[in-house]
Amino acid sequence: MSRPYFIPEQALVDPVTINPEICVGCNLCVYVCPADLFLPNPQKTREPIVMYPGECWFEGSCVDICPEPGAIVLNRPLASRVNWRPKSECRNYSP
Amino acid sequence: MEKEIGRNTTPDISGTMQWPYPIEWNRTEVIDTDVLVLGGGASGCFAAMGAASKGARVVLLEKAATYSSGAMGSGCDHWEMAATNPCSRVTPEELTDAMIRGHRGYNNGISHYIECREGYDRLLDLERFRGKIRDTDDEFKGADFRDDATKFLFAYDYTNRFTLRVWGRTFKPAMYRGAKQMRVRLIDRTMAAGLLTEGGRMGARVTGAVAVNGRTGKFVVCRAKATVLCMSRPTRLWLFVPGATGISEFRPPDCTGDGHAMGWRAGVEFTMLEKSVRAEWSGLRSFPPYSTGNNHNTWYACTMVDAEGREIPWVDRDGRVLATVAERYRPAPGQRFFLKGGGEPDFPLYEFEGPETIAVEEAVKRGYKLPFFADLGAMPEIERRVIWGMMIGNEGKTRVPVLQAYTEAGFDPTRDILQSYGDGWRSGQFLPQERQFFGIPGGVVNDWNLKTNLDGLYAAGDVLFASDCVGHAAATGHYAGRHAADYASRIDMAELNPEQVESEQARLYEPLKRDHGVSWQAVNVAITRIMQNYCGAVKSDDLLSEGLRALDDLRKHEAAALYARNPHDLLRVQEVLNILTNAELVMQSCLARKASSRQLQFTRLDHPQMDPPEWHKFVTVRRQSDGVKTGALSIDYYGDLPDNYERHNADYIKESTP
Repeated sequence: MSRPYFIPEQALVDPVTINPEICVGCNLCVYVCPADLFLPNPQKTREPIVMYPGECWFEGSCVDICPEPGAIVLNRPLASRVNWRPKSECRNYSP
Repeated sequence: MEKEIGRNTTPDISGTMQWPYPIEWNRTEVIDTDVLVLGGGASGCFAAMGAASKGARVVLLEKAATYSSGAMGSGCDHWEMAATNPCSRVTPEELTDAMIRGHRGYNNGISHYIECREGYDRLLDLERFRGKIRDTDDEFKGADFRDDATKFLFAYDYTNRFTLRVWGRTFKPAMYRGAKQMRVRLIDRTMAAGLLTEGGRMGARVTGAVAVNGRTGKFVVCRAKATVLCMSRPTRLWLFVPGATGISEFRPPDCTGDGHAMGWRAGVEFTMLEKSVRAEWSGLRSFPPYSTGNNHNTWYACTMVDAEGREIPWVDRDGRVLATVAERYRPAPGQRFFLKGGGEPDFPLYEFEGPETIAVEEAVKRGYKLPFFADLGAMPEIERRVIWGMMIGNEGKTRVPVLQAYTEAGFDPTRDILQSYGDGWRSGQFLPQERQFFGIPGGVVNDWNLKTNLDGLYAAGDVLFASDCVGHAAATGHYAGRHAADYASRIDMAELNPEQVESEQARLYEPLKRDHGVSWQAVNVAITRIMQNYCGAVKSDDLLSEGLRALDDLRKHEAAALYARNPHDLLRVQEVLNILTNAELVMQSCLARKASSRQLQFTRLDHPQMDPPEWHKFVTVRRQSDGVKTGALSIDYYGDLPDNYERHNADYIKESTP
């Protein structure tokens, strides 16, 4: 068996954005992720690496457990963005 | 429309990088235990706690992190069939009977009776470990769905009160704390990969399991007196999204049906795997469950409006229009109770049919304009708040991606209407050959001990045939754990078969020999193509036999060229090999039933007659050394429910009676 290594994955989705200014590198997101899509940063206290973005389930466990608001943001897949509008814009709407 | 939220700031990585975790694939850890639990979701955690409550030493192997893993790892918003809660007006016997008859017999009488009988006990366990099951903050005081004495909140049928609204986001951490407090040894990031059997023989007593760590590659050998399978149902057989694997299916990506595959290899008996349904919500073509406007499940019984803001009528089972929101939560005149969760969603039995909006086709005929929208603003304030807030805030895929994201993007539930993209439960449109296991699918056959056909092997949760939700997983988990511990207390540890351990290690590490070849994604795509072509909406012996040949060809050629560069890849490769095994299991199950069945959503071109009476039985399949063995069990093989339950659980009944 050769030396283990990894190559960044090409994915259709860009599930999480980590703000390195806010992230304290606690790796709680690495701990909870059901798909294990992060790798801890080799430099301690720095933000984890989003290594397997395509494996994300988009449930947001990482965001939910993050102790630093805004350090990690979930980006829903483009194709599953939904539509809403004020009811008052409906033609026959009467409150 | 939703706003663009953030942009990627993943650190710049060029070329390849060295693996950050210590590599241990030259290391084997051997563990001895009384009860070994495979899988740490809801059923696995409760199996571990059930076994520990009987004094057994327990080890649990979990592929992800027990704290947050499994189908309900990130939450759940309601708990079905808690028939023994003090407010329930329906008995466990009535509810199980309704579930069995609602599915025309094709249901697991044993596991659902356990769910009805013990589900509420498991909720109390969760409360003991700081899970929230009551409205202790009095947020919903005075609501129609609240019992002020117990502070329980109910969903669906407010008259009969057997389904509870719960703060399920607190549940997985509570299970984790409970297992820890009960001294269960939790081994995370370790994928159970194969069962060990006496003498290494298929069909013999199970003596433990082997596993691989997905970060370090360490090989783990567990020797156990009893083993409990607590893994998910198979996924990604017909559906796979390359580049977005994680959303290929409804259940999370760590749920791939590894238990089915290892069981099939070891000679475990399965039933009902010929049943699959047209996909309902998966992949990029659909929206995540409960993230769009609808009036089911989390969103029951939200007001729906058409594109011009006109309300779509709600009707009872007789078509009588329900004038108020409150009536949507009540049985029809003369009806004992109605079933939503746990009921048959596609062809409900009149006896248990609950309120619904009129069908989309009917609404369009009457002049309502598409698309339709959920109108939370038209709901009474307290009903709106319990859906958009409490329920959406606790369901597994809605807290962050829906409640938080939509709110930040400006969605106002009092003012905005949210579009619906499919009728009924669906949140997308699928082709007939795009199938999945959903709503009481097939799985492992069990007896009244939740034991499989193999000695030493028990099963709980989604791996069982006709499983559905978290209450079922938790209740069957605890029950299987107790019975596994009983067995372990009566039997000696078996010797492992060294040749079997060695061949399992060689099998599991084989993809590490290559760092180039065929990717696991390519093999998964190929499996879904074969399943759609040969095991799609219609089946026949000829097509299925050709499909089995295609799967075999894939296994001998492309699957033999799968590669893994690190332990993470190795787990993904092993999952896809399990998916390939599950595809074979499903094709064999389809071959075994030589009749069409409406209830099983199983259409045979070569046996077109629907539900001939001689086929009203459970058809079973299992592997033997000389091929696949098919068999049958009568549709009511489990016998009298309370009588059998009480005979198998005298000690539990005694302990839980004050």
